[in-house]
Amino acid sequence: MKRHLLSTEDLGRDDALLVLDTAERMARVAEASVRKLPTLRGRTVVNLFFEDSTRTRTSFEVAAKRLSADVINFSARGSSVSKGESLKDTAQTLEAMGADAVVCRHSASGAPHRLATWVRGSVVNAGDGTHEHPTQALLDAFTMRRRLGRVDGLAVTIVGDVLHSRVARSNVWLLTTLGASVTVVAPPTLLPLGVSSWPVEVSYDLDAVLPKSDVVMMLRVQRERMSAAFFPTEREYSRRYGLDVDRAARLADHALVMHPGPMVRGMEISSQVADSARSTVVEQVANGVSVRMAVLYLLLGGSGETT
Amino acid sequence: MAVPAAGSPASRRPGVARTVLSADDITRIVSRMAHQILEKTSGGAGVALLGIPTRGVPLAHRLARRVQAVEGVDLPVGSLDPTMYRDDLRLRGVRPLEVTEIPDGGVDGRVVVLVDDVLYSGRTVRAALDALAAYGRPRAVQLAVLVDRGHRELPIRADYVGKNMPTSRRESVAVRLREIDGADGVVILPPAVTPAGDGAPVDGPVVDGPVVDDDGAIGDEAGERA
Repeated sequence: MKRHLLSTEDLGRDDALLVLDTAERMARVAEASVRKLPTLRGRTVVNLFFEDSTRTRTSFEVAAKRLSADVINFSARGSSVSKGESLKDTAQTLEAMGADAVVCRHSASGAPHRLATWVRGSVVNAGDGTHEHPTQALLDAFTMRRRLGRVDGLAVTIVGDVLHSRVARSNVWLLTTLGASVTVVAPPTLLPLGVSSWPVEVSYDLDAVLPKSDVVMMLRVQRERMSAAFFPTEREYSRRYGLDVDRAARLADHALVMHPGPMVRGMEISSQVADSARSTVVEQVANGVSVRMAVLYLLLGGSGETT
Repeated sequence: MAVPAAGSPASRRPGVARTVLSADDITRIVSRMAHQILEKTSGGAGVALLGIPTRGVPLAHRLARRVQAVEGVDLPVGSLDPTMYRDDLRLRGVRPLEVTEIPDGGVDGRVVVLVDDVLYSGRTVRAALDALAAYGRPRAVQLAVLVDRGHRELPIRADYVGKNMPTSRRESVAVRLREIDGADGVVILPPAVTPAGDGAPVDGPVVDGPVVDDDGAIGDEAGERA
Protein backbone atom coordinates (compact mmCIF):
# COMPACT_ATOMS: atom_id res chain seq x y z
CA MET A 1 0.00 0.00 0.00
CA LYS A 2 1.30 3.44 -0.88
CA ARG A 3 1.49 6.28 1.63
CA HIS A 4 -1.46 8.16 0.12
CA LEU A 5 -4.80 7.19 -1.38
CA LEU A 6 -5.31 9.79 -4.10
CA SER A 7 -6.98 7.93 -6.94
CA THR A 8 -8.11 4.49 -8.04
CA GLU A 9 -6.50 4.95 -11.45
CA ASP A 10 -3.08 4.17 -9.98
CA LEU A 11 -4.34 1.66 -7.40
CA GLY A 12 -3.08 -1.80 -8.25
CA ARG A 13 -5.22 -4.91 -8.12
CA ASP A 14 -3.38 -6.33 -5.09
CA ASP A 15 -3.74 -3.14 -3.09
CA ALA A 16 -7.41 -2.83 -4.03
CA LEU A 17 -8.08 -6.39 -2.91
CA LEU A 18 -6.12 -5.77 0.30
CA VAL A 19 -8.44 -2.85 1.09
CA LEU A 20 -11.54 -4.96 0.39
CA ASP A 21 -10.28 -7.89 2.48
CA THR A 22 -9.32 -5.60 5.35
CA ALA A 23 -12.73 -3.92 5.12
CA GLU A 24 -14.33 -7.35 5.46
CA ARG A 25 -12.52 -7.80 8.80
CA MET A 26 -13.49 -4.30 9.89
CA ALA A 27 -17.13 -5.07 9.14
CA ARG A 28 -16.93 -7.89 11.69
CA VAL A 29 -15.93 -5.38 14.35
CA ALA A 30 -19.37 -3.83 14.00
CA GLU A 31 -20.74 -7.14 15.30
CA ALA A 32 -18.76 -7.00 18.56
CA SER A 33 -20.42 -5.60 21.66
CA VAL A 34 -17.59 -3.09 22.00
CA ARG A 35 -17.20 -1.51 18.59
CA LYS A 36 -14.04 0.39 19.32
CA LEU A 37 -10.49 -0.71 18.60
CA PRO A 38 -7.34 0.75 20.16
CA THR A 39 -5.42 0.40 16.90
CA LEU A 40 -4.80 4.05 16.00
CA ARG A 41 -4.58 5.41 19.54
CA GLY A 42 -2.46 8.53 19.59
CA ARG A 43 -2.80 9.18 15.86
CA THR A 44 -4.48 12.29 14.55
CA VAL A 45 -6.72 12.38 11.49
CA VAL A 46 -7.69 15.78 10.09
CA ASN A 47 -10.83 16.08 7.98
CA LEU A 48 -10.01 18.98 5.68
CA PHE A 49 -13.19 19.76 3.76
CA PHE A 50 -13.31 22.68 1.35
CA GLU A 51 -16.70 21.49 0.04
CA ASP A 52 -19.74 20.68 2.09
CA SER A 53 -20.24 16.99 2.60
CA THR A 54 -21.97 15.73 5.66
CA ARG A 55 -22.08 12.06 4.77
CA THR A 56 -18.49 11.55 3.63
CA ARG A 57 -17.03 13.61 6.45
CA THR A 58 -19.16 11.82 9.03
CA SER A 59 -18.22 8.45 7.57
CA PHE A 60 -14.50 9.22 7.86
CA GLU A 61 -15.05 10.58 11.34
CA VAL A 62 -16.86 7.46 12.53
CA ALA A 63 -14.20 5.26 10.92
CA ALA A 64 -11.32 7.12 12.57
CA LYS A 65 -13.04 7.15 15.95
CA ARG A 66 -13.78 3.41 15.86
CA LEU A 67 -10.02 2.98 15.51
CA SER A 68 -9.41 5.38 18.44
CA ALA A 69 -7.71 8.07 16.37
CA ASP A 70 -8.19 11.69 17.35
CA VAL A 71 -10.28 13.50 14.75
CA ILE A 72 -10.11 17.18 13.93
CA ASN A 73 -12.73 18.57 11.58
CA PHE A 74 -11.43 21.49 9.61
CA SER A 75 -14.01 22.94 7.26
CA ALA A 76 -13.42 25.87 4.98
CA ARG A 77 -16.42 27.82 6.13
CA GLY A 78 -15.68 30.03 9.11
CA SER A 79 -11.99 29.16 9.11
CA SER A 80 -8.85 30.90 8.03
CA VAL A 81 -9.51 29.62 4.52
CA SER A 82 -12.46 32.00 4.15
CA LYS A 83 -10.04 34.76 5.18
CA GLY A 84 -7.89 34.01 2.16
CA GLU A 85 -5.37 31.44 3.38
CA SER A 86 -3.83 29.33 0.62
CA LEU A 87 -3.98 25.54 0.52
CA LYS A 88 -0.26 25.36 1.17
CA ASP A 89 -0.46 27.51 4.30
CA THR A 90 -3.37 25.44 5.55
CA ALA A 91 -1.36 22.28 4.90
CA GLN A 92 1.62 23.62 6.82
CA THR A 93 -0.59 24.59 9.71
CA LEU A 94 -2.01 21.07 9.90
CA GLU A 95 1.48 19.65 9.60
CA ALA A 96 2.65 21.75 12.53
CA MET A 97 -0.29 20.45 14.58
CA GLY A 98 0.93 16.90 14.00
CA ALA A 99 -1.64 15.46 11.61
CA ASP A 100 -0.83 11.84 10.75
CA ALA A 101 -3.43 11.75 7.99
CA VAL A 102 -5.32 14.43 6.12
CA VAL A 103 -8.65 13.51 4.56
CA CYS A 104 -9.18 16.14 1.90
CA ARG A 105 -12.15 17.20 -0.15
CA HIS A 106 -11.69 20.09 -2.55
CA SER A 107 -13.58 21.59 -5.48
CA ALA A 108 -10.40 21.69 -7.55
CA SER A 109 -9.32 18.48 -9.28
CA GLY A 110 -5.83 17.57 -8.16
CA ALA A 111 -5.82 19.48 -4.87
CA PRO A 112 -5.12 16.34 -2.76
CA HIS A 113 -2.20 15.44 -5.05
CA ARG A 114 -0.73 18.87 -4.45
CA LEU A 115 -1.38 18.56 -0.74
CA ALA A 116 0.47 15.24 -0.65
CA THR A 117 3.66 16.96 -1.73
CA TRP A 118 3.48 19.38 1.19
CA VAL A 119 2.69 17.19 4.20
CA ARG A 120 4.64 14.40 5.84
CA GLY A 121 1.52 12.43 6.77
CA SER A 122 -0.79 10.42 4.54
CA VAL A 123 -3.35 12.11 2.33
CA VAL A 124 -6.69 10.52 1.52
CA ASN A 125 -8.66 11.99 -1.35
CA ALA A 126 -12.29 12.36 -0.25
CA GLY A 127 -13.33 13.85 -3.59
CA ASP A 128 -11.54 16.42 -5.73
CA GLY A 129 -13.50 18.41 -8.31
CA THR A 130 -14.63 16.17 -11.12
CA HIS A 131 -11.54 13.95 -10.80
CA GLU A 132 -11.81 11.09 -8.29
CA HIS A 133 -13.45 9.86 -5.10
CA PRO A 134 -11.53 6.64 -4.40
CA THR A 135 -13.12 5.54 -1.12
CA GLN A 136 -16.58 5.76 -2.70
CA ALA A 137 -15.49 3.41 -5.49
CA LEU A 138 -13.91 1.06 -2.96
CA LEU A 139 -17.10 0.93 -0.90
CA ASP A 140 -19.14 0.34 -4.07
CA ALA A 141 -16.89 -2.56 -5.06
CA PHE A 142 -17.06 -3.86 -1.48
CA THR A 143 -20.87 -3.72 -1.59
CA MET A 144 -20.95 -5.64 -4.89
CA ARG A 145 -18.62 -8.28 -3.51
CA ARG A 146 -20.67 -8.72 -0.34
CA ARG A 147 -23.97 -8.97 -2.24
CA LEU A 148 -22.91 -10.89 -5.35
CA GLY A 149 -19.80 -12.64 -4.07
CA ARG A 150 -17.39 -11.18 -6.60
CA VAL A 151 -16.51 -8.16 -8.72
CA ASP A 152 -14.56 -10.02 -11.38
CA GLY A 153 -16.74 -10.65 -14.41
CA LEU A 154 -19.65 -8.44 -13.37
CA ALA A 155 -21.39 -6.20 -15.91
CA VAL A 156 -21.73 -2.79 -14.26
CA THR A 157 -23.74 0.03 -15.80
CA ILE A 158 -23.15 3.60 -14.62
CA VAL A 159 -26.00 5.92 -15.51
CA GLY A 160 -26.26 9.69 -15.45
CA ASP A 161 -24.08 12.73 -15.10
CA VAL A 162 -20.75 11.06 -15.93
CA LEU A 163 -19.29 14.39 -17.04
CA HIS A 164 -19.25 15.89 -13.55
CA SER A 165 -18.98 12.67 -11.59
CA ARG A 166 -15.79 11.80 -9.73
CA VAL A 167 -17.65 8.75 -8.42
CA ALA A 168 -18.04 7.50 -11.98
CA ARG A 169 -14.37 8.04 -12.78
CA SER A 170 -13.12 6.28 -9.66
CA ASN A 171 -15.49 3.40 -10.27
CA VAL A 172 -14.48 3.01 -13.91
CA TRP A 173 -10.81 2.61 -12.97
CA LEU A 174 -11.33 0.44 -9.91
CA LEU A 175 -13.97 -1.86 -11.38
CA THR A 176 -11.99 -2.51 -14.55
CA THR A 177 -8.88 -3.16 -12.44
CA LEU A 178 -10.92 -5.73 -10.52
CA GLY A 179 -12.13 -7.42 -13.70
CA ALA A 180 -15.64 -6.01 -14.16
CA SER A 181 -16.84 -4.66 -17.50
CA VAL A 182 -18.31 -1.19 -17.28
CA THR A 183 -20.88 0.51 -19.50
CA VAL A 184 -21.65 4.20 -19.09
CA VAL A 185 -25.09 5.47 -20.11
CA ALA A 186 -25.80 9.19 -20.34
CA PRO A 187 -27.07 11.89 -22.65
CA PRO A 188 -24.20 12.81 -25.02
CA THR A 189 -23.95 16.22 -23.36
CA LEU A 190 -23.16 14.62 -20.00
CA LEU A 191 -20.27 12.48 -21.22
CA PRO A 192 -16.73 13.86 -21.05
CA LEU A 193 -14.78 14.45 -24.23
CA GLY A 194 -12.19 11.82 -23.41
CA VAL A 195 -14.64 9.01 -22.72
CA SER A 196 -13.52 7.17 -25.85
CA SER A 197 -10.14 6.60 -24.18
CA TRP A 198 -11.74 5.05 -21.07
CA PRO A 199 -11.92 1.27 -20.78
CA VAL A 200 -15.74 1.36 -21.03
CA GLU A 201 -18.62 0.81 -23.41
CA VAL A 202 -20.76 3.87 -24.10
CA SER A 203 -24.52 3.70 -24.66
CA TYR A 204 -27.32 6.22 -24.91
CA ASP A 205 -30.08 3.65 -24.51
CA LEU A 206 -30.67 2.60 -20.91
CA ASP A 207 -33.45 0.12 -21.72
CA ALA A 208 -31.16 -1.86 -24.01
CA VAL A 209 -28.40 -2.16 -21.40
CA LEU A 210 -30.48 -3.02 -18.32
CA PRO A 211 -31.26 -6.71 -19.05
CA LYS A 212 -27.56 -7.64 -19.24
CA SER A 213 -26.45 -5.65 -16.19
CA ASP A 214 -25.52 -7.22 -12.87
CA VAL A 215 -25.27 -3.81 -11.23
CA VAL A 216 -26.84 -0.46 -12.15
CA MET A 217 -25.25 2.54 -10.52
CA MET A 218 -27.40 5.65 -10.70
CA LEU A 219 -25.62 8.99 -10.41
CA ARG A 220 -27.10 12.16 -9.07
CA VAL A 221 -27.63 14.97 -11.54
CA GLN A 222 -25.39 17.59 -10.01
CA ARG A 223 -27.44 20.74 -10.27
CA GLU A 224 -24.73 22.80 -8.59
CA ARG A 225 -22.30 21.99 -11.40
CA MET A 226 -24.78 22.58 -14.23
CA SER A 227 -23.48 25.78 -15.75
CA ALA A 228 -25.04 25.15 -19.16
CA ALA A 229 -28.14 23.52 -20.61
CA PHE A 230 -27.15 19.86 -20.73
CA PHE A 231 -30.66 18.56 -21.33
CA PRO A 232 -33.97 20.27 -22.16
CA THR A 233 -35.93 19.57 -19.00
CA GLU A 234 -35.57 17.50 -15.85
CA ARG A 235 -38.71 15.68 -16.82
CA GLU A 236 -37.23 14.61 -20.12
CA TYR A 237 -34.01 13.49 -18.42
CA SER A 238 -36.00 11.49 -15.93
CA ARG A 239 -38.04 9.82 -18.66
CA ARG A 240 -35.01 8.73 -20.66
CA TYR A 241 -32.40 8.08 -17.96
CA GLY A 242 -34.31 7.77 -14.69
CA LEU A 243 -34.78 4.35 -13.08
CA ASP A 244 -38.44 3.77 -12.28
CA VAL A 245 -40.34 0.59 -11.47
CA ASP A 246 -41.11 -0.23 -15.10
CA ARG A 247 -37.47 0.06 -16.10
CA ALA A 248 -36.25 -1.83 -13.05
CA ALA A 249 -38.50 -4.72 -14.12
CA ARG A 250 -36.16 -5.26 -17.06
CA LEU A 251 -33.30 -6.09 -14.69
CA ALA A 252 -32.22 -9.63 -13.92
CA ASP A 253 -33.49 -10.98 -10.59
CA HIS A 254 -30.09 -10.80 -8.92
CA ALA A 255 -29.20 -7.34 -10.24
CA LEU A 256 -28.39 -4.57 -7.77
CA VAL A 257 -29.35 -0.91 -7.87
CA MET A 258 -26.73 1.34 -6.32
CA HIS A 259 -26.57 5.06 -5.66
CA PRO A 260 -23.71 6.96 -4.01
CA GLY A 261 -26.15 9.42 -2.43
CA PRO A 262 -27.53 11.90 -1.89
CA MET A 263 -30.44 10.72 -4.06
CA VAL A 264 -32.90 12.99 -5.80
CA ARG A 265 -36.01 10.84 -5.66
CA GLY A 266 -38.19 11.21 -8.71
CA MET A 267 -35.30 12.49 -10.81
CA GLU A 268 -32.68 9.79 -11.46
CA ILE A 269 -34.38 7.14 -9.31
CA SER A 270 -37.96 6.60 -8.20
CA SER A 271 -38.84 6.06 -4.56
CA GLN A 272 -40.11 2.54 -5.13
CA VAL A 273 -36.82 1.48 -6.72
CA ALA A 274 -34.72 3.26 -4.11
CA ASP A 275 -36.56 1.40 -1.33
CA SER A 276 -36.71 -1.98 -3.08
CA ALA A 277 -34.86 -5.10 -1.98
CA ARG A 278 -32.32 -4.80 -4.80
CA SER A 279 -31.34 -1.29 -3.70
CA THR A 280 -28.10 -1.16 -1.68
CA VAL A 281 -28.23 2.52 -0.79
CA VAL A 282 -28.31 2.04 2.99
CA GLU A 283 -25.77 -0.81 2.93
CA GLN A 284 -23.42 1.43 0.98
CA VAL A 285 -23.40 3.87 3.88
CA ALA A 286 -22.60 1.16 6.43
CA ASN A 287 -19.97 -0.35 4.13
CA GLY A 288 -18.43 3.09 3.72
CA VAL A 289 -17.42 3.08 7.38
CA SER A 290 -15.78 -0.37 7.08
CA VAL A 291 -13.89 0.61 3.93
CA ARG A 292 -12.66 3.88 5.42
CA MET A 293 -11.54 2.04 8.57
CA ALA A 294 -9.58 -0.30 6.31
CA VAL A 295 -7.97 2.58 4.42
CA LEU A 296 -6.98 4.39 7.61
CA TYR A 297 -5.61 1.18 9.12
CA LEU A 298 -3.56 0.37 6.04
CA LEU A 299 -2.16 3.90 5.84
CA LEU A 300 -1.56 4.52 9.55
CA GLY A 301 -1.56 1.11 11.23
CA GLY A 302 2.13 0.35 10.85
CA SER A 303 5.49 2.00 11.20
CA GLY A 304 4.95 3.86 7.96
CA GLU A 305 7.56 1.82 6.16
CA THR A 306 6.32 -0.35 3.35
CA THR A 307 6.71 -4.05 3.87
CA MET B 1 20.30 -24.39 28.02
CA ALA B 2 20.83 -27.46 25.91
CA VAL B 3 17.70 -29.49 26.05
CA PRO B 4 17.24 -33.03 24.88
CA ALA B 5 14.82 -32.69 22.03
CA ALA B 6 13.62 -35.33 19.67
CA GLY B 7 16.46 -34.81 17.23
CA SER B 8 19.58 -36.94 17.25
CA PRO B 9 22.81 -35.35 18.52
CA ALA B 10 24.13 -35.17 14.99
CA SER B 11 21.28 -32.94 13.94
CA ARG B 12 22.01 -30.46 16.70
CA ARG B 13 24.90 -28.78 14.98
CA PRO B 14 24.49 -25.02 14.81
CA GLY B 15 23.27 -23.71 11.51
CA VAL B 16 21.06 -26.70 10.84
CA ALA B 17 17.29 -26.78 11.25
CA ARG B 18 16.32 -29.56 13.62
CA THR B 19 12.99 -31.28 13.87
CA VAL B 20 11.88 -31.39 17.48
CA LEU B 21 8.36 -32.78 17.11
CA SER B 22 7.21 -35.22 14.45
CA ALA B 23 3.70 -35.54 13.06
CA ASP B 24 3.03 -38.47 15.42
CA ASP B 25 4.34 -36.46 18.37
CA ILE B 26 1.91 -33.67 17.57
CA THR B 27 -1.02 -36.08 17.30
CA ARG B 28 -0.21 -37.57 20.71
CA ILE B 29 0.27 -34.14 22.27
CA VAL B 30 -3.04 -32.81 20.93
CA SER B 31 -4.72 -35.92 22.27
CA ARG B 32 -3.22 -35.39 25.73
CA MET B 33 -4.15 -31.73 25.76
CA ALA B 34 -7.75 -32.58 24.87
CA HIS B 35 -7.86 -34.91 27.87
CA GLN B 36 -6.36 -32.24 30.11
CA ILE B 37 -8.95 -29.70 29.00
CA LEU B 38 -11.73 -32.20 29.74
CA GLU B 39 -10.24 -32.99 33.13
CA LYS B 40 -9.76 -29.41 34.19
CA THR B 41 -13.17 -28.22 32.98
CA SER B 42 -15.17 -31.20 34.28
CA GLY B 43 -15.97 -32.66 30.89
CA GLY B 44 -15.86 -29.46 28.90
CA ALA B 45 -18.97 -27.88 30.40
CA GLY B 46 -19.45 -24.37 29.00
CA VAL B 47 -16.12 -24.45 27.17
CA ALA B 48 -15.49 -22.66 23.87
CA LEU B 49 -12.21 -22.98 21.96
CA LEU B 50 -10.89 -19.85 20.23
CA GLY B 51 -7.88 -20.29 17.98
CA ILE B 52 -5.47 -17.42 17.41
CA PRO B 53 -4.74 -17.17 13.67
CA THR B 54 -3.01 -18.52 11.77
CA ARG B 55 -2.05 -21.87 13.29
CA GLY B 56 -4.02 -21.65 16.50
CA VAL B 57 -7.21 -22.10 14.48
CA PRO B 58 -6.54 -25.59 13.05
CA LEU B 59 -5.16 -26.59 16.45
CA ALA B 60 -8.43 -25.52 18.10
CA HIS B 61 -10.37 -27.62 15.59
CA ARG B 62 -8.13 -30.62 16.25
CA LEU B 63 -8.64 -30.30 20.01
CA ALA B 64 -12.41 -30.11 19.46
CA ARG B 65 -12.37 -33.24 17.28
CA ARG B 66 -10.34 -35.08 19.91
CA VAL B 67 -12.69 -33.96 22.69
CA GLN B 68 -15.65 -35.13 20.62
CA ALA B 69 -14.00 -38.53 20.08
CA VAL B 70 -13.20 -38.99 23.77
CA GLU B 71 -16.20 -37.52 25.51
CA GLY B 72 -18.79 -37.12 22.78
CA VAL B 73 -19.30 -33.42 23.42
CA ASP B 74 -19.17 -30.82 20.67
CA LEU B 75 -17.24 -27.79 21.84
CA PRO B 76 -17.90 -24.58 19.92
CA VAL B 77 -14.81 -23.49 17.99
CA GLY B 78 -13.96 -20.04 16.66
CA SER B 79 -11.07 -17.76 15.92
CA LEU B 80 -9.88 -14.51 17.46
CA ASP B 81 -7.55 -12.13 15.65
CA PRO B 82 -5.61 -10.00 18.14
CA THR B 83 -3.79 -7.92 15.51
CA MET B 84 -5.56 -4.62 16.08
CA TYR B 85 -4.87 -4.86 19.82
CA ARG B 86 -1.12 -5.41 19.54
CA ASP B 87 1.31 -3.08 21.29
CA ASP B 88 3.92 -3.29 18.54
CA LEU B 89 1.93 -2.17 15.51
CA ARG B 90 4.10 0.88 15.07
CA LEU B 91 7.33 -1.08 15.15
CA ARG B 92 6.90 -2.55 11.68
CA GLY B 93 4.86 -2.38 8.50
CA VAL B 94 1.11 -2.89 8.49
CA ARG B 95 0.07 -6.38 9.49
CA PRO B 96 -2.68 -8.06 7.48
CA LEU B 97 -5.82 -8.75 9.51
CA GLU B 98 -7.07 -12.26 10.12
CA VAL B 99 -10.53 -13.68 10.66
CA THR B 100 -12.39 -13.31 13.92
CA GLU B 101 -15.25 -15.77 14.19
CA ILE B 102 -17.01 -15.87 17.54
CA PRO B 103 -19.10 -19.06 17.86
CA ASP B 104 -22.87 -18.81 18.18
CA GLY B 105 -23.86 -17.99 21.72
CA GLY B 106 -20.94 -15.60 22.19
CA VAL B 107 -18.40 -15.73 25.00
CA ASP B 108 -20.45 -14.35 27.90
CA GLY B 109 -20.37 -16.74 30.85
CA ARG B 110 -18.38 -19.40 29.00
CA VAL B 111 -14.95 -20.79 29.75
CA VAL B 112 -12.92 -19.62 26.78
CA VAL B 113 -9.78 -21.59 25.97
CA LEU B 114 -7.45 -19.57 23.75
CA VAL B 115 -5.38 -21.82 21.51
CA ASP B 116 -2.10 -20.85 19.86
CA ASP B 117 0.84 -22.67 18.36
CA VAL B 118 3.79 -21.03 20.13
CA LEU B 119 3.91 -19.11 23.41
CA TYR B 120 6.91 -16.78 23.50
CA SER B 121 6.88 -13.19 24.79
CA GLY B 122 3.19 -13.43 25.76
CA ARG B 123 2.35 -10.25 23.87
CA THR B 124 0.06 -11.96 21.39
CA VAL B 125 -1.90 -13.49 24.26
CA ARG B 126 -2.09 -10.11 26.00
CA ALA B 127 -3.56 -8.61 22.83
CA ALA B 128 -5.94 -11.56 22.47
CA LEU B 129 -7.24 -11.00 26.02
CA ASP B 130 -8.06 -7.41 25.08
CA ALA B 131 -9.67 -8.49 21.82
CA LEU B 132 -11.77 -11.04 23.69
CA ALA B 133 -13.08 -8.38 26.07
CA ALA B 134 -14.65 -6.56 23.11
CA TYR B 135 -16.87 -9.59 22.50
CA GLY B 136 -18.07 -10.11 26.05
CA ARG B 137 -17.15 -11.31 29.51
CA PRO B 138 -16.21 -14.97 29.73
CA ARG B 139 -16.54 -16.75 33.08
CA ALA B 140 -12.88 -17.71 32.78
CA VAL B 141 -10.15 -17.60 30.15
CA GLN B 142 -7.55 -20.34 29.80
CA LEU B 143 -4.62 -20.75 27.45
CA ALA B 144 -3.52 -23.82 25.48
CA VAL B 145 -0.31 -23.78 23.45
CA LEU B 146 1.42 -26.48 21.45
CA VAL B 147 4.90 -25.17 22.25
CA ASP B 148 6.08 -22.99 25.12
CA ARG B 149 9.50 -21.69 24.19
CA GLY B 150 10.05 -19.42 27.19
CA HIS B 151 11.32 -15.81 27.21
CA ARG B 152 8.12 -14.31 28.60
CA GLU B 153 7.97 -10.52 28.70
CA LEU B 154 4.62 -10.35 30.49
CA PRO B 155 3.08 -12.17 33.47
CA ILE B 156 1.32 -14.77 31.34
CA ARG B 157 1.41 -18.55 31.56
CA ALA B 158 -0.38 -21.33 29.76
CA ASP B 159 -2.88 -23.71 31.39
CA TYR B 160 -2.16 -26.46 28.87
CA VAL B 161 1.28 -26.88 27.34
CA GLY B 162 1.98 -29.39 24.61
CA LYS B 163 5.75 -29.22 24.88
CA ASN B 164 8.09 -27.04 26.90
CA MET B 165 10.89 -26.19 24.54
CA PRO B 166 13.59 -23.91 25.93
CA THR B 167 15.22 -22.03 23.09
CA SER B 168 17.62 -19.25 22.42
CA ARG B 169 15.99 -15.95 21.58
CA ARG B 170 17.95 -15.99 18.38
CA GLU B 171 16.45 -19.23 17.21
CA SER B 172 13.04 -19.46 15.63
CA VAL B 173 10.43 -22.10 16.26
CA ALA B 174 8.41 -23.04 13.22
CA VAL B 175 5.22 -25.00 13.75
CA ARG B 176 3.96 -26.62 10.60
CA LEU B 177 0.44 -27.98 10.38
CA ARG B 178 -0.95 -29.95 7.49
CA GLU B 179 -4.07 -27.76 7.20
CA ILE B 180 -1.82 -24.83 6.32
CA ASP B 181 1.62 -26.16 5.47
CA GLY B 182 0.76 -29.57 4.03
CA ALA B 183 2.50 -31.56 6.77
CA ASP B 184 2.86 -31.64 10.56
CA GLY B 185 6.08 -30.94 12.41
CA VAL B 186 7.88 -28.56 14.72
CA VAL B 187 11.29 -27.34 13.67
CA ILE B 188 13.84 -25.15 15.40
CA LEU B 189 15.59 -22.93 12.92
CA PRO B 190 19.05 -21.52 13.61
CA PRO B 191 19.66 -17.79 13.86
CA ALA B 192 19.76 -16.01 10.55
CA VAL B 193 23.41 -15.55 9.64
CA THR B 194 24.27 -11.88 9.89
CA PRO B 195 27.21 -10.31 8.05
CA ALA B 196 28.76 -9.11 11.27
CA GLY B 197 29.48 -11.59 14.04
CA ASP B 198 28.11 -14.75 12.58
CA GLY B 199 29.22 -17.92 14.20
CA ALA B 200 27.92 -20.02 16.99
CA PRO B 201 24.66 -18.72 18.40
CA VAL B 202 25.19 -17.25 21.82
CA ASP B 203 22.39 -17.22 24.29
CA GLY B 204 22.16 -14.13 26.37
CA PRO B 205 20.61 -10.74 26.60
CA VAL B 206 20.05 -10.27 22.93
CA VAL B 207 17.63 -7.40 22.85
CA ASP B 208 16.16 -7.48 19.40
CA GLY B 209 17.29 -10.22 17.16
CA PRO B 210 15.91 -10.80 13.72
CA VAL B 211 12.39 -9.54 13.27
CA VAL B 212 10.47 -12.56 14.31
CA ASP B 213 6.81 -12.50 15.08
CA ASP B 214 6.59 -12.23 18.81
CA ASP B 215 4.94 -15.57 19.10
CA GLY B 216 8.21 -16.75 17.68
CA ALA B 217 6.53 -18.64 14.91
CA ILE B 218 8.26 -17.45 11.82
CA GLY B 219 6.09 -19.93 10.00
CA ASP B 220 3.30 -17.44 10.46
CA GLU B 221 5.25 -15.10 8.24
CA ALA B 222 6.75 -17.58 5.85
CA GLY B 223 3.59 -19.58 5.46
CA GLU B 224 1.44 -16.70 4.30
CA ARG B 225 1.98 -16.39 0.65
CA ALA B 226 -1.69 -16.14 -0.16
